[in-house]
Order: sequence, then C-alpha cells, then structure tokens
Amino acid sequence: MKRLAVLLILIFTATLPVHANEDVVLGLSQNRIAITANFDGSEILIFGAVKRDGPIPAGNPLDVVVAIEGPSAALTVRRKERKFGIWVNTDTMHVDSAPAFYAVAASGPLKEVLTETEDQRHHISIPETIKAIGATEEVADPQPFTDAVIRIRGASGLYQILENQVEIAEQTLFRTSVALPSNLTEGHYKTRVFLTRDGKVVSHYETTIDVQKVGLERFLFNLSREKPLIYGLMSLAIAIAAGWGASAFFRIFQRT
Amino acid sequence: MQIYLPIAEVSVNAFLLLGLGGLVGVLSGMFGVGGGFLMTPLLFFIGIPPAVAVATEANQIVASSFSGVLAHLRRKTVDIKMGGVLLVGGLIGAALGVMLFNYLKSLGQVDLLVKLCYVVFLGIIGGLMFVESLNAIRRAKKSGGAPVPKRRQRTWVHALPFKTRFRTSGLYISVIPPAIVGVAVGVLAAIMGVGGGFIMVPAMIYILGMPTKVVVGTSLLQIIFVTAFTTLLHATTNYTVDMALAVLLLVGGVIGAQIGTRIGVKLKAEQLRILLAAMVLMVCGKLAYDLLVQPAELYSIGVTGGH
Repeated sequence: MKRLAVLLILIFTATLPVHANEDVVLGLSQNRIAITANFDGSEILIFGAVKRDGPIPAGNPLDVVVAIEGPSAALTVRRKERKFGIWVNTDTMHVDSAPAFYAVAASGPLKEVLTETEDQRHHISIPETIKAIGATEEVADPQPFTDAVIRIRGASGLYQILENQVEIAEQTLFRTSVALPSNLTEGHYKTRVFLTRDGKVVSHYETTIDVQKVGLERFLFNLSREKPLIYGLMSLAIAIAAGWGASAFFRIFQRT
Repeated sequence: MQIYLPIAEVSVNAFLLLGLGGLVGVLSGMFGVGGGFLMTPLLFFIGIPPAVAVATEANQIVASSFSGVLAHLRRKTVDIKMGGVLLVGGLIGAALGVMLFNYLKSLGQVDLLVKLCYVVFLGIIGGLMFVESLNAIRRAKKSGGAPVPKRRQRTWVHALPFKTRFRTSGLYISVIPPAIVGVAVGVLAAIMGVGGGFIMVPAMIYILGMPTKVVVGTSLLQIIFVTAFTTLLHATTNYTVDMALAVLLLVGGVIGAQIGTRIGVKLKAEQLRILLAAMVLMVCGKLAYDLLVQPAELYSIGVTGGH
C-alpha cells in the first residue's frame, strides 16, 4: 500500500511541469491535541522545509499557504427583519457543510500567492470551504448568509485568515503558528501545506491533527451518548445530594 | 480558572459559573422561583449553546430547589398537600404544553412566540405585583408601621365544590383552583422552558390567597419534580445535559439558596414581593428591548436538525 502510494506520487510528480522537483517536508509541534478539563485553547506550530532535487528554480520566489480545517457540519443561518415593530427571524438558509474551524495562513496576501482557479481547485480560502448548494432556492441572496457565517465564526476565532504570517527563509524553510481557540470541537483536523509560485500550486502536502477529549471529559461525553438514562439519573442524584449537602452543612453552622 | 465543558464543547471560567450559580441560588431561596428565567439568558450570554443551557439549567434548579425546600421544611413553611395538588395539575399541564409546543414548532416562529410569552407574562405579573406591594407598603406606613390584618374577601374561589382544608396554608378552599393554577403553570413552563415559579408564586398569593411565607416553600417543592422530569427528558432525547456545567452551577446554587432562604425569612412579605416584582420587570424590559431595537448582528447560526 505504502509502496503503491510512493509510486503514485512519483508518477504524479513526474507528470507535473517545470517545478515538479519541489516537495514539502513538514513538522508539527503536536499532531494530537487532548482536550482535558482545563483545556484553554492551544497554539500549534507548523514548520517545514522544501526538498529539491536541483537548484532553486529561477523566477519569482516561492510562497507557502497553510490551511487547517476542522470537521464539517450542516448549518442553518437565519436573518432577522423588522416586522410589526419587532425584530423576528424571517429568511432561513441551509448550509450543507461548513467547517467548525478553519485557519488559513499565507506568506503574503492570499490574493497574490494564490490565483482564483487554484483556490477553487484546492478549496483553500474560507468562502471555498462553505458549501451551500440548494441555497438559491431558499433565499434570493445567499451571499450575505455565507458572509455572516464567516463573520460570526471569525469573531469567535473559529475562522482565521493569517496573511503574511508564514515566514520563509531562503525559499526553503518556513514556519507559522496557529492559535486554536478554547471552544474547539473534537475531530480530525485536516492540515494542508501548499507551495505556490506565481499563484500556481507547485506542490502540496496533507496530514491530520487529532483533537480529542480525554479523561473525565471523554468519560462524561461517552456516558451521555451511550447510557443517557443512567447519565440523566446520575445528574439528578448529584443535584439532590448537593442540595441536601448544602442544607445539612448550613444547619451545622447555625447550631454552633 | 478555565474549564472545558464536555457536552457544551466550550471553555469557560469556573469561578464565573460558581458566581452565577450562587447569585441565582440566592434569588431562588428568597423568592421560591427556580431562577431559570434569569439563568438561561445569562448562560446564552457567556456562550453556552442554547439547547445545553436550557437542559442543564433544569438540572441545576433541581439542586437549588431541593436545598431550598429542606430549609423551608424545617421551618414548616411547606404545604405538602397543596404542592401535591399543584404537581398533579402541573404534570397534566406540561404534557399539554409539550403538545402545543410541537404544534407551534410545525408552524415555525416558535422562538418569537416564546419571547413574546415571556414579555407579556413577565410584564403583567411584574406590573401587578409591583403596584400591589407598593400599595401594601404605603398602607403599612400610614397606619404607623403596624400592618393591618386584612380579612380575606370571599371570592369565586371560595364558592367552588370539593373543599379541602390546607392546614399549613390556613385555607379551606376547593381543590379546583389550585389544580387549574397547576395546569396553567405546567403549560407555560413547557412552552417557555422554565420551572414556572415566577408565574406560580404570584398565582398562589393572589388567586389562592396563600400566605407569602408558605408560598415559597410550596412552589419549590413543585418545581423539584417538574425540573427533574425535564432533566431526564433532555438527557435521554437530546443529550444536552452537561454534567460539568451543572455541578459548577449547582455548587454555587445550593449555597446561594441557603443564604437566600435566610434573607427571605428576615424580610417582610411586601418587601419580598416588591423585590421579586422589580426583578421580573427588569428581565421583561430586557427581552422587550431585544425585540424592539435593531440587533448588532442580524444573522444567527443554528445547528441543522436541532431546534
């Protein structure tokens, strides 16, 4: 399997034109993030080097784009409008799939390091990752709805555009860091690195970062899904015990 | 100290949650309200997903109400018989309410209806209580500080059949009015997603004519059962009860409820009522403001498949 993959990569890279000899060697500060009870966000360092068979190709210097994408889910976006003097939800648009987290870092402004066609082909910029196929049937103007998703999630640090944040040294070494917010969801975070020259992707590399709940978090989450009745009764038992405990505790205090 | 909540999937400050729980607990012990109508919007505000906030809040109310009831039981200010009648009515009402809620959901706009319900009921109840208690305080002042013991007038409430003696409340009335109050509260509680204490307390005082001191304990008794039922329902159908969040809230809540009960005993009945009225009016004002003023963000993101 591995050999086949290598072979495929070799065939693939051999068919690529001119800059085919540039490859990504990637390192991550951590490829597994554990969500513990005191998890308060995390910073991930992404660094790597460009491997070449020959000298650095002539022409414009190399650019690097790094994209981290969290698990996707369907969404409902609602818009409020004033009706009879009060603000109510009027239009609703369903988004088929939008990532729970998305960060894209680039060595320059995104528009310069990546052409629009390449962006569309690889789904790199944030609008490219939000898919709303049946949207036009629901609302006349789907654009403000997708913009709103990007705006709202951007405000809470879930969508990040980090232009000029990838440092490149000697067209060979690159590094960037992405802050993962504390309201992170579980799942496989697809991490992609693109090498571009003149806006064209010359090479790319993909790996995943696993974000998982561990310990007590894991236990409670599993229990709530697998044995909901026991979980519910346990919650109630804790509530009753705490209520009784506080009452008894205060009584002791009052006697003395 | 930040803590990551396993079900809500957000990280929040643990002390903030303890403090919120404590504050709402004090109010709960003082007034006999579950505090859900205050806590749920507060949880939304600190970024807990609405579904998780509503479900977990129910669990927390169980704890603070239980703590409060124990304190009231010791003072013999719980009318268990009355609580039982209200509870039977309440459960029937809740079942009706859930059916009504689902019907409205199929029509859409259920969110708006819930909010309007809040504004209307909080406004009416808060307004009436505020005026009434203000008059009571004024009367008490005029008569030289000594409140005049007022004989309760005989109303339609006293003319109904199936009369029973509610010893703790010192009432001899028909079981029909408390049962109707229970049903009405149950319906509203199911639609509005709260314990219903803030509706029940005034209803007991003004419609049933129960003494304010007994009302609080009795209301809490009924709330325990309603919210325990709600918690189980949410835990088994929506998986939205967050135990970590509940524990933090209820640790603050139970301590707060004990303090609240002690403050409540020291205050005069009119003062207690006017404070509750002021609080109800404040929440009402905030909700009305949100409906009338253009929100900063016109769009909102919801999870598909949820409500």
